[in-house]
Amino acid sequence: MLSQWIDNQVLLGAAQAGITLIAALIVLGLTVRLKLGLKKDILVGLGRGLVQIVGVGFLLTIIFSANLWVSIPIILVMIIAAGLITVQRIKSIPNALWISLIGITAGAGSVILIMTLLGVIKQDLTSVIPIGSMMVYGAMNANSLMLERFHSELASHAGQVEAGLALGAAPEQVVAPYARRAVTAAMIPRINGLQSLGIVWIPGAMSGMLLSGENPAYAGFYQFVVSGSIFVTVGITVLISIILVRKQVFSPAEQLLIRSEEKM
Amino acid sequence: MSSEWASKNSSQPSKYISVENLGYQIDGKNLLSDINFEISSGERVAIFGPSGAGKSTLIRLLNRLDEPTTGTVYLDGQDYRQIPPRELRRRLGMVMQQPNLFPGSVAENIRFGPTAQGKTLDDNKIEELLSGVDLDGFCDRDVSKLSGGEAQRVNLARTLANQPEVLLLDEPTSSLDRAAREEVERTILWVLQSQEVTCILVSHDREQVERLTDRVLMLEEGRLKEDGTVQEVLDA
Repeated sequence: MLSQWIDNQVLLGAAQAGITLIAALIVLGLTVRLKLGLKKDILVGLGRGLVQIVGVGFLLTIIFSANLWVSIPIILVMIIAAGLITVQRIKSIPNALWISLIGITAGAGSVILIMTLLGVIKQDLTSVIPIGSMMVYGAMNANSLMLERFHSELASHAGQVEAGLALGAAPEQVVAPYARRAVTAAMIPRINGLQSLGIVWIPGAMSGMLLSGENPAYAGFYQFVVSGSIFVTVGITVLISIILVRKQVFSPAEQLLIRSEEKM
Repeated sequence: MSSEWASKNSSQPSKYISVENLGYQIDGKNLLSDINFEISSGERVAIFGPSGAGKSTLIRLLNRLDEPTTGTVYLDGQDYRQIPPRELRRRLGMVMQQPNLFPGSVAENIRFGPTAQGKTLDDNKIEELLSGVDLDGFCDRDVSKLSGGEAQRVNLARTLANQPEVLLLDEPTSSLDRAAREEVERTILWVLQSQEVTCILVSHDREQVERLTDRVLMLEEGRLKEDGTVQEVLDA
């Protein structure tokens, strides 16, 4: 209906975003009425989300015709932002920022590079940047989930960890069960995503291709490429991060640095 | 096992553990200050004092689970910071307040320490260790099915599997009911008498200290207030 009234595509998008904002504000009103204490988070989320994504949209309009190499600094900025967002929630793990940056760069960076060089991701900015962003986003969420779970496992099992240390075991050995649980927790959403692909949901990449009139069968294959690549990204990221973080939670004298929650 | 212990202990110098100017501070608060004492081979010493006196903090420092802010500990004449942490913790075997057993069988728990060193512990040895804590036939039991007293005795046997030179007991009966407390205490006494192992016991239970130890280090507000025989300190 809106498209019948508005010819300009950018204005049409703004109007569509406005309607979505109204719906979101109704939900905000409900949360305020229910005293859920989410008002600030929702307002910041909606505001930042709108400004950031529209800003990127305008930026991409300008740079889409630029050289493919431009994607490297853009993806690096995304990775740094992903690392900074991750550590906002995980402050009690020493060097969490470096662990996150190395993990996300190893996971997302390597997959984007290899897939682009092999031509699995089309070698143009319109493909590399949006698909790369999905991988960085997937890596950020998985890394964040893994670190948070690892920290909470150690805090709630500090007694067993220290019992293992007191028996003369290596730190890597005593944290192994908790590291496995943290990696599993981070991987499960992606495995569920792959299992439910096409049955429970049709993700954004395929939706976008269908909306722009691509062959649905090709869109299906390409969606698998994207989802599979995100799975690989997540796997590499959390495995690298867990290897790094295992050492960071102990002092050089192999003392656990995470405070116990068991006595609280 | 007792013969191996006897040979180890006979080679220890008279002042086997020497604590010098030990202190521990966290978040700007002094939990322990200026602790000095020596312990000879084969001694049974209690660290006694009210709740919050720093007893558990001190025993954790002896096992180097925490890092001293000041001072150090000499073990057999060697600064314990020069000893690799894993080796140190095997030599100073610690039994914590809570059993903290690992999920699995009793045998798997007993094997944990030796396996971490790359050694194997055969079934006979495990049975012998369990027999030493009065848990004959418990090898294949799931640790989740054990009573509090049984779990704490498995914890003791698990520590003994490393053949420690010194036993550090951190309030080993404080989380148990009366019957379990008596049963664990009886086991500890038997182990101490049969193994002649050097022992440091943290306790706030005066009767337990009298039953299990010969010497008392009295802590108050993170400082060593008294050091003497049980009678000298507790009857003062």
